[in-house]
Amino acid sequence: MIAIIDYDAGNLTSVSRALFHINVENVITNDIKLIESAERIIFPGVGAAGSAMKSLIRLGLDDAIRQAVESGKPVLGICLGTQIILQESRENQAKCLGIIDGSVRAFSEIFQSKGIKGLKIPHMGWNRIALKADHPVFAGLKENDEFYFVHGYYPLPDNLSQVIATTDYVIEFPSIIGMNNIVATQFHPEKSGNPGLTILKNFSSWEPC
Amino acid sequence: MLSKRIIPCLDVREGRTTKGIKFENNVDIGDPVEMALMYYEAGADEIVFYDITASHEKRDIMIDVVRKVAETIFIPFSVGGGIRTIEDMRDVLLAGAEKVSVNSAAVRNPEIISHGAAAFGSQCIVLGMDVKHVGKSEKIPSGYEIVINGGRKYMGMDALAWALKGQALGAGEICLNSIDADGTKDGYELILTELISSRVDIPVIASGGAGQPVHLRDVLTQGKADAALIASMVHYGTYTIPKIKTYLDDQGVKIRSTW
Repeated sequence: MIAIIDYDAGNLTSVSRALFHINVENVITNDIKLIESAERIIFPGVGAAGSAMKSLIRLGLDDAIRQAVESGKPVLGICLGTQIILQESRENQAKCLGIIDGSVRAFSEIFQSKGIKGLKIPHMGWNRIALKADHPVFAGLKENDEFYFVHGYYPLPDNLSQVIATTDYVIEFPSIIGMNNIVATQFHPEKSGNPGLTILKNFSSWEPC
Repeated sequence: MLSKRIIPCLDVREGRTTKGIKFENNVDIGDPVEMALMYYEAGADEIVFYDITASHEKRDIMIDVVRKVAETIFIPFSVGGGIRTIEDMRDVLLAGAEKVSVNSAAVRNPEIISHGAAAFGSQCIVLGMDVKHVGKSEKIPSGYEIVINGGRKYMGMDALAWALKGQALGAGEICLNSIDADGTKDGYELILTELISSRVDIPVIASGGAGQPVHLRDVLTQGKADAALIASMVHYGTYTIPKIKTYLDDQGVKIRSTW
């Protein structure tokens, strides 16, 4: 059973529906006991980092997520869920979970500092990923497969060996990060057609060593 | 880099896809869930559903369609038409739509954009704009005016000013429909699209006028659109999405080529 963590951060049903479509049992929940007993955790979300962190703390889910990570069970972050795994976000200067060292940066700031003009923000739509290393959760993808993104901020781990893939939006930004039993995508696998479903399928049978 | 998106648009009336010219003479052209699946498998990057059911009491039929579509396709889709309140938005989003689009309701009550963005996030609020060319004047400096009711009612609002206001209020995307080009199959309104897309920071979907693949190329390059809406050119089998994408790829437009 996969527990999809419910912390009032946007529409979680799309992740659930995609999992059911590939015959993976799942439950959307904020019940800490259920999260503890789940084999795997998906930590999704859309919205702003600050309000998401407030909800997590109010529901006691911040510790539940840290414990899940420590327990060694597979954890998948998606979009805002990916950003919140880092230490802090430029979005509302929010302090985040700090599971992976690093911060969440704004496209607007990096574009301004590099004098890049005319790019739309959010980065919304389909884009490719360049895998930096083989990873079982991202096996079986075709080279030109694209994934659906919608975000104005991106994750930047301090340790670049935790960057699993990058994506080009004039700047090259980390689009998949992870370490040990965590993988986290900035894009939405549940909205990325067959390549996205492949990732969810891989995750549902992933045994991190 | 981001791919330019190709987005089929389905007009849905009481649970069936219809096609009429300028909201009249609607003809049943199929089941929206089946059509969504067909376009998903053919490589559509997103799908737009426009609910043209006349009666607000029959909205549940559309919600049921949205739920079935969400169980069937795994790409983003948006729902517009008849969205008047935050509750209407919530119903559509909870049923599984990625985005909701507001058009005349936002013209009448711009706060629906900011309230919707605060409640659900900017990324799911699309501002739909119906626009007519009227010539430049003091009141309409861009020469393009906002209209509602399928183009029958002029609102005295400048299209560019409204686009910028919509963005400031929290819209995450603009779906820009030229009433002049709509249904002509002579091509998108390139000047209007370029005017709006180059001035806003949020993505712009061009709508109205698509008849041939070259029209998509032009609006995605000259028109600076981020996405192109298509309807009749694919609904009747004149073109397929893979054929359009192959053409665009040959023309140097970055598109999503595998799915």
